[in-house]
Amino acid sequence: MTAIETHVTCKPGDYKSDVMPIWCPGCGDYHVLMSFTRAFAKLGLRPENTVVVSGIGCSSRIPAYMTCYGFHGIHGRSLALATGLKVARPDLTVVVASGDGDGYSIGGNHFIQACRRNIDMTYVVMDNRVYGMTKGQPSPTTEPDFDTALSPGGTGLRPFHPLVIALASGANFVARAFSGEPNETADILVEAVRHPGFSFVEILSPCVTFRPDQREWKTKVHPAPVAATSDPARAARRIMTDDGMNIGILYRGDRRPYESKIGAKTVELAKLEEDFAL
Amino acid sequence: MAEAESISLAIVGSGGAGALTAGNLLLEAATRAGWHGLLSRTVGPQIRGGEAAALIRLATEPVECLADRFDLLIGIDWLNANRFGAEIDVGPQSLVISDPRGGDLPAIVARAAPRMAEVPIKEMAKAIPEGRPNMIAVGLAAGLLRLSEDVLTSVVEKQLADKGRQAIDASNAGLRAGIEAATRLDLGLNLATPKPRNARRWLASGNEMTGLGAIRGGIRFAAAYPITPASDILEWLAPGLAKVGGALFQAEDELAAINMIIGASYGGVPALTATSGPGLSLMTEALGLATAAEIPIVVIDVMRAGPSTGIPTKSEQADLNVAVYGMHGDAPHIVVAPQSIPDCLFTTQWAIHLAEALQAPALVLSDQFIGQSVAAIDRPAEASFVGRRATASQQNGSYKRYELTASGVSPMAIPGMNGGQYTADGLTHNERGTPTSSDNDHRVQLDKRRSKLERFDYGSDWLTREGDGELAIVTWGSLTGAAREAVAQLRDRGLAVRLIAPRLLSPVQPELFNAALDGVKHILVVEQSHGGQFYRFLRAHYGLPGAVRAVHRPGPLPIRPSEIVRAAMQWMH
Repeated sequence: MTAIETHVTCKPGDYKSDVMPIWCPGCGDYHVLMSFTRAFAKLGLRPENTVVVSGIGCSSRIPAYMTCYGFHGIHGRSLALATGLKVARPDLTVVVASGDGDGYSIGGNHFIQACRRNIDMTYVVMDNRVYGMTKGQPSPTTEPDFDTALSPGGTGLRPFHPLVIALASGANFVARAFSGEPNETADILVEAVRHPGFSFVEILSPCVTFRPDQREWKTKVHPAPVAATSDPARAARRIMTDDGMNIGILYRGDRRPYESKIGAKTVELAKLEEDFAL
Repeated sequence: MAEAESISLAIVGSGGAGALTAGNLLLEAATRAGWHGLLSRTVGPQIRGGEAAALIRLATEPVECLADRFDLLIGIDWLNANRFGAEIDVGPQSLVISDPRGGDLPAIVARAAPRMAEVPIKEMAKAIPEGRPNMIAVGLAAGLLRLSEDVLTSVVEKQLADKGRQAIDASNAGLRAGIEAATRLDLGLNLATPKPRNARRWLASGNEMTGLGAIRGGIRFAAAYPITPASDILEWLAPGLAKVGGALFQAEDELAAINMIIGASYGGVPALTATSGPGLSLMTEALGLATAAEIPIVVIDVMRAGPSTGIPTKSEQADLNVAVYGMHGDAPHIVVAPQSIPDCLFTTQWAIHLAEALQAPALVLSDQFIGQSVAAIDRPAEASFVGRRATASQQNGSYKRYELTASGVSPMAIPGMNGGQYTADGLTHNERGTPTSSDNDHRVQLDKRRSKLERFDYGSDWLTREGDGELAIVTWGSLTGAAREAVAQLRDRGLAVRLIAPRLLSPVQPELFNAALDGVKHILVVEQSHGGQFYRFLRAHYGLPGAVRAVHRPGPLPIRPSEIVRAAMQWMH
């Protein structure tokens, strides 16, 4: 399968489709979309050789808003679908978009396994600590006392640490970004796509409708005080002990990515039949 | 001595006794000597230990099912054999060989009052350094069947090659001891001389044939989660796909497996997964996605007894409902069922062809019986079709992924092709693929997906019809073999009978099915499901002429030809 060279795209606008987003005014995901298009332009990705894969939720609407190939699949399974795609088509650039409900709750196991496999793709989770599309239920990153109709008085459950889970499971690149800083986020995405293996980027992306308190994030985020480490234990300790608002690349690993052997034919089909012939 | 066209024997033993190894040796030796044969295994749930039996039928013609009765039963020991005594039907003419120190004969066997012979199998094995009782059993069977010792020892050399010289010598000594002991016994039957053959015969299980059909049909990516009784397909495909430039990926669960193959197929690589009932249940949501987004995929379901965990090692035909109706929404897709071990190859390859041509999911309903039984077969012919997908070529204008066409099939853009970019979506979408909640778009795309399946020409492979009688035995899947044998027996008794077995279950073909039933006055529906799923399916979709009766019962005991013959004879007389 060879791509036909026609033009080199490098303007962010070239990656934006004419489909109107369904997001609420002020949603952080608009800025994430902007970061995607800026990052793709910087990387010079060809839209026809790039696939944006997603699951279900507000954040997962992003593929249709771009001019790349896209797959808006079912709830929680974006990483599995992207895994099959990338193993079958290692020539493509695969970026997966998800949210905290889609990625950490219904899709939680796929997240762990994708980190373990270390296939060369970028996983972006827009975390707003709430289910926005179903109108305000708690997710695995929601604070324990967040009061909702489904969990009156809060869940009482400790939010989990996706970045630490990613490190413990073998992700090769871990970063945190803030949607309100689209240029910085785009730069992080560029690094994430370029880094070999499985790159995980958490983007704090406020839900102004169900979490108006997250408007304050813009005053709380700050650049990570130290440079990225290649020691996962050190990275995990920093993430476990920081205030959750550290922005930047936190970990760059050097694990060998999964190598797809697809296309490496060694025998003719007739040879396989010899298994059966007496 | 009476000459028989077919002889059935069973070798029974507790875990580790090697009954299944014995069965494999016998089947291969008999096949090399020119006979046809079928080996069905029956095991308990234990991973090691527990009971095991090799059920073998040897014949001059291809064998598609077990016989009604066993002519020979060899008990290496009878520990736990009661648990599947019901699967091994013996009669007064049967010969049962028992080790006097092998425990009590199962009550169900004793009640049949068969001819008994005592052979000290364990003691004979002990007399040989490293000797194994199962080899004595093979020798006994071989002697009674007059299988050549040379052929047997060559099979032992091959099958035990990695066990070392000493093990091979011990096995051969065991064989000779068994053959020698058999000279003092009388089976009362002689298997007729094999018919001449012109090509090398194959020994294969249905699961292996499914794997080969997948590769012949163009599958180059598979993802799956281990499950009994489908794992054999995966274990054959993993190295098989790697050799032809494909890949098999072990998924973390069935939800991941089916989404992985959807991703691969979206990327242009024909893809398949294999599972059993519990896995199929987990996959139904994603089957709907493949239907809505029009992504060709193939799902093999090697059916086992259900519901829930059911009986993982035993066969049943009770996944028909979930396969045909399991998805939410109106989700037309393809369901096919192989009818024999070699047909697993054909039907899998056909399913790939249909999925690719129609850009829809295709389910293949195999089952534990044909999946895990091994048969001596002639090399399956090359099919005339290979999965071909209508793909889009370079576009200048705006590409419509789901454009309405006469056939209902729209050319699919594959990533890498400039100008074809679109977003595949499980949301209701318009012709471009853009999400919409418009009533018109919804209906138009539902129409499109239904009509592409309805307008397709499935050819003559869609249904097996043999004969013109006024009595029709209507069955499906792995029961076709037993039904075919029942039809032959009924014809011998003077009844005009036809066999009808649809290979294509969905989409339904009302006009063609009516034509197949033309002139029928009685219909006997035969299936292995407690609730009569196939009977109800036929009632829902087809006008069944004349009187209709159904033989339906659950697994795990296979439905044998005599059961069908009995039902038909009682009805017709």
